[in-house]
Amino acid sequence: MMSDSPEFNQRSLSKMNASTLVIAGTEFSSRLFLGTGKYSSGAVMAQSLEASGTQLVTVALRRVHTDGARDDILAHLDRNRYKLLPNTSGVRDAKEAVLAAELARDALETNWVKLEIHPDPKYLMPDPIETLKAARDLVQRGFVVLPYVHADPVLCKQLEEAGCAAVMPLGAPIGSNRGLESRAFLEIIIAQSKVPVIIDAGLGAPSHAAAALELGAHAVLVNTAIASAPDPIAMGHAFKLGVQAGRIAYESGLAGRSTNSLAQATSPLTAFLSESQS
Amino acid sequence: MPAPQILSTGTPVTVTVNDKPHTLAEATTLAQLLASIGLSAGQGVAVAIDHAVVPRSAWSTHLLADGDQVLVIQATQGG
Repeated sequence: MMSDSPEFNQRSLSKMNASTLVIAGTEFSSRLFLGTGKYSSGAVMAQSLEASGTQLVTVALRRVHTDGARDDILAHLDRNRYKLLPNTSGVRDAKEAVLAAELARDALETNWVKLEIHPDPKYLMPDPIETLKAARDLVQRGFVVLPYVHADPVLCKQLEEAGCAAVMPLGAPIGSNRGLESRAFLEIIIAQSKVPVIIDAGLGAPSHAAAALELGAHAVLVNTAIASAPDPIAMGHAFKLGVQAGRIAYESGLAGRSTNSLAQATSPLTAFLSESQS
Repeated sequence: MPAPQILSTGTPVTVTVNDKPHTLAEATTLAQLLASIGLSAGQGVAVAIDHAVVPRSAWSTHLLADGDQVLVIQATQGG
């Protein structure tokens, strides 16, 4: 039956705006984090970020070509608007990851780091052993560590115990746009995690992002699906809506799911035109 | 016995910058080296020498030594 209770309506209205996410004391009203790779230009990137409503963006580090063109990504990123999350992409082991994080801290004046160690360029699978090792070291050195890992519940728990501020398990291989292929394991990670769970990699459509948030993921990180879309700006907006819908749905509580294929009527099944059906 | 080396002012210093050799005047600071390749603070740049970060607050005083392996990185697009 429908409820007309004013308290209920008040509570429902408050859910129209999903709750904020807090990571290491920093509050985010947007649960959509964006990568900055693969955009055709800095201007398109800036407009896509704006349309997505994101408040946290990743950047990579690269060796400067001493005689080559300069990168001007920072010219397109308003640091009052976006928190930067430098990644350690390109490192092969824990030792290199620690140096990369320390370089990033000096380059960008942030102690936040997306720890990613994936030495194999074919599949870009994160190395769990080196990642855990580096995470322990970086936490000791005062970093806010967000590790990119396989959807491994045991590893995620160990990273949490090592002091990581969040965990970033993958949905599917980086850039694959295949969605939540690791769903069964993500569910376990979300169920037992005491730190925010950010689904990173493989999300190819706003529906994937919505599904991740419906599962209870605290945020998602998206790059290729937006940057490589024919219209990255509109796609940034579409992901914003998907993430919002997924989070509000999660906070509202999804209605129960039938365990068989029988229908459950939503309309009264009394005969409408005649009392007895022939 | 080899003859003792006499250090004189103006002895050039050879370092590598991202694996490429660079010959510099004696007493070149890190800030001067970076300026010579078109870089300054505020461009998302960081430097390590022999795998240890030299914080940007020390760039203007840090003198380069012969054989230094200088790694210069910069923020770029990435996911």
